Amino acid sequence: MTNALPTPQPRPERRVLSVLVDNVPGVLLRIVALFRRRGINIHSLAVSVTEDPGVSRITMTVECPAALAESVVKQVRRVVEVRRVRDVTDAPRTERELALVKVNAPAGVRSEILEAAQVFRARPIDLTEKTVTLEVTGSPEKIDAFLNLVARHGVREVARTGSVVLLRGSATT
Amino acid sequence: MRITTAETRKATRTISGAQAVVRVLEEAGVEWVFGHPGGASLPLYDALYDAPSIRHVLCRHEQVAAHAATGYARASGRFGVCTATSGPGATNLVTGLADAMMDSAAVLAITGQVVRANIGTDAFQEADVTSITTPITKHNALVMDPHALVRTLREAIYLCQSGRPGPVLVDVPRDVFQTQIPEELLDEPFEPRRRPVTKGHPARIAEAAEAISQSRRPILYVGGGAQGASEPLARLARRCRIPVTVTLMGKGAFDETDPLCLGMLGMHGTAYANYAINAADLVIAVGARFDDRVTGRLKDFCPHARFIHIDIDPSEIGKNKPAHIPIVGDAREVLEVLEPLVQPPDVEAWWKQIEEWRTRYPLRWKPGPMLKPQEAIEAIYRVTRGEALVVTDVGQHQMWAAQYYKCRRPRTFISSGGLGAMGFGFPAAMGAQFARPDALVVAIVGDGGFQMTMQDLITAVEWRLPLKIYVVNNGSLGMVRQWQELFYHQRYCAVQLQNPDFARIAEVFGAVGVRVERSEDLEPALQRSLEVTDRPVVVDLIVDPEENCYPMIPSGQSVKEMILGD
Ligand SMILES: Cc1ncc(C[n+]2csc(CCOP(=O)(O)OP(=O)(O)O)c2C)c(N)n1
Ligand SMILES: [Mg+2]
Repeated sequence: MTNALPTPQPRPERRVLSVLVDNVPGVLLRIVALFRRRGINIHSLAVSVTEDPGVSRITMTVECPAALAESVVKQVRRVVEVRRVRDVTDAPRTERELALVKVNAPAGVRSEILEAAQVFRARPIDLTEKTVTLEVTGSPEKIDAFLNLVARHGVREVARTGSVVLLRGSATT
Repeated sequence: MRITTAETRKATRTISGAQAVVRVLEEAGVEWVFGHPGGASLPLYDALYDAPSIRHVLCRHEQVAAHAATGYARASGRFGVCTATSGPGATNLVTGLADAMMDSAAVLAITGQVVRANIGTDAFQEADVTSITTPITKHNALVMDPHALVRTLREAIYLCQSGRPGPVLVDVPRDVFQTQIPEELLDEPFEPRRRPVTKGHPARIAEAAEAISQSRRPILYVGGGAQGASEPLARLARRCRIPVTVTLMGKGAFDETDPLCLGMLGMHGTAYANYAINAADLVIAVGARFDDRVTGRLKDFCPHARFIHIDIDPSEIGKNKPAHIPIVGDAREVLEVLEPLVQPPDVEAWWKQIEEWRTRYPLRWKPGPMLKPQEAIEAIYRVTRGEALVVTDVGQHQMWAAQYYKCRRPRTFISSGGLGAMGFGFPAAMGAQFARPDALVVAIVGDGGFQMTMQDLITAVEWRLPLKIYVVNNGSLGMVRQWQELFYHQRYCAVQLQNPDFARIAEVFGAVGVRVERSEDLEPALQRSLEVTDRPVVVDLIVDPEENCYPMIPSGQSVKEMILGD
């Protein structure tokens, strides 16, 4: 065997960014393009209107080193419609994601699945003879853990919202 | 019931969207619009018909219109305007916008778009122009609401010039041009969403002043962002005897005939500028962005230096090199405050070292049996007494022009720096001549690049522009040939040019054409070209095809690997 072991790559860091933008078309494309051109993978992206109907919040998690994220964040700040950008990765924050998980649930294992769901406070929201669809909310890690748990029953489909984040206490995100 | 009092008639007076566009341009003082019409922009042209104060220059290709607007903006310090129709018209602007973006030129582009109902249906001459131009504009907008047209256009005019300038594109569907809107929309005051920070942080400025006063080997590294800051820059450099090196974009921001100036740095910069900056203990970057053509291998660039980085664009600071003292602000405003705070540092030993480099490694070229390109540029410099507004294309001739044409005043050297777009030189020179009708505008172009946009010679003839177009004709794509010679074992591929007779082409267009093959004919021909005042002159300078551009720091390497040439 001559194959050298691959040098272990440092796991790409997960950075969480919160961006406030004017609620107009085209902004998202402009922002996403700045990440795309640096080859940064956008892991999740959640966009919705805020308490002010003229303003939307974009929460994105990206996989890249902190310094690179900082450089792109500065470029995001140049976008005319962007009001505020923050890398909140290292700030005290509340973070939630919602997932819908459709699992195979034939009669024999159904109760086992529902029991597991209870531990994760996942709620069944649809039930058929063959499947159950669960709604689970929490940190992305919690959702990953839940998916791992039910994986052996066969997960048919998953839809995740991506993280949304607010800073703790009276700090403005 | 019909209400017909004079009062209500006034309140409900309407104008078309296109008329509103023209009114906004007039009010902004626009005199020249560079463009090419088409179906989607017909209503705009119909409104221009009634606007005597705005003159439209019909360019034969929209790329030319965009570069001309850029040349206009960069020569004047105002903003340039270009326009194109939907689809192919708009896509032809793309290179020009990308160039303006990279070189921070204040350009307003107005494009026609298909009618709103057809957008997204692959209609005839439809292109998703706002998506296409998103990464190459500072901002852009598709106007779907006719009532937003005036505001959008005013914002575009503001944005293209504010802070770090750049191109802004407004895409207007034909039916939005045609919709009647209340005239009173023009009376609404415009307030920008945000204003850039122009005043530097006082504590940072004080820190910078202290660092300069304490330095022993300081150097000013001056980029395009300093074009508006030449007075305080000159005061700082002269009072403190700080050596100055300029980027391609910074040429003219500091008088290059001043002995304090070391000329251009970077890949084809002077050896002494590169030695100096790499030995410096303090680099004062003013409106420069540490481009790879300047720095080479980043980790080896200026290994002993601390960096003061002054820039209006916060995203430039720390992008390529960490800044020890970052100052976000307008270069002029920052330097006005900084300059009086600096105690002249002790630079005696530093200058001794620099002078040694300057004497040992001057810019040089060897005469030969054929006319040398450097000889041609030096002659252009002499006959124009260094007073010309020089615009270049891209390639070896561009670097020779940067090396041998010493600029004394801001906005007198215009070149496609960031994008390096061949075809830029001649159209940008046209734009510059419109901006400064009395200036001696000289386009130094290559035989390759000129052929990318030379069809617009007819435009220059039509407007009787007294442009001097000096074609540095080496019968090849010289810069590419040089790389093939040095880095691809002289395996020349697709670099030889079979050229038309440029002098005859000029004559056919109605310009003056001259061909120069021998050194002794050079100065007389150039002199004669200066005497023509009512049309463009093309001087075809047949130069040594083998000549290479030196010094050269190969791409991605450091000053240690600099090739000085023979
Ligand atoms: C639009 C465009 N295409 C290709 C290039 C790559 N390129 C850089 S310099 C050069 C050769 C330019 O030849 P010429 O205009 O004759 O100038 P010279 O280098 O010979 O002075 C080329 C092809 C470019 N910069 N721009
Ligand atoms: Mg050539």
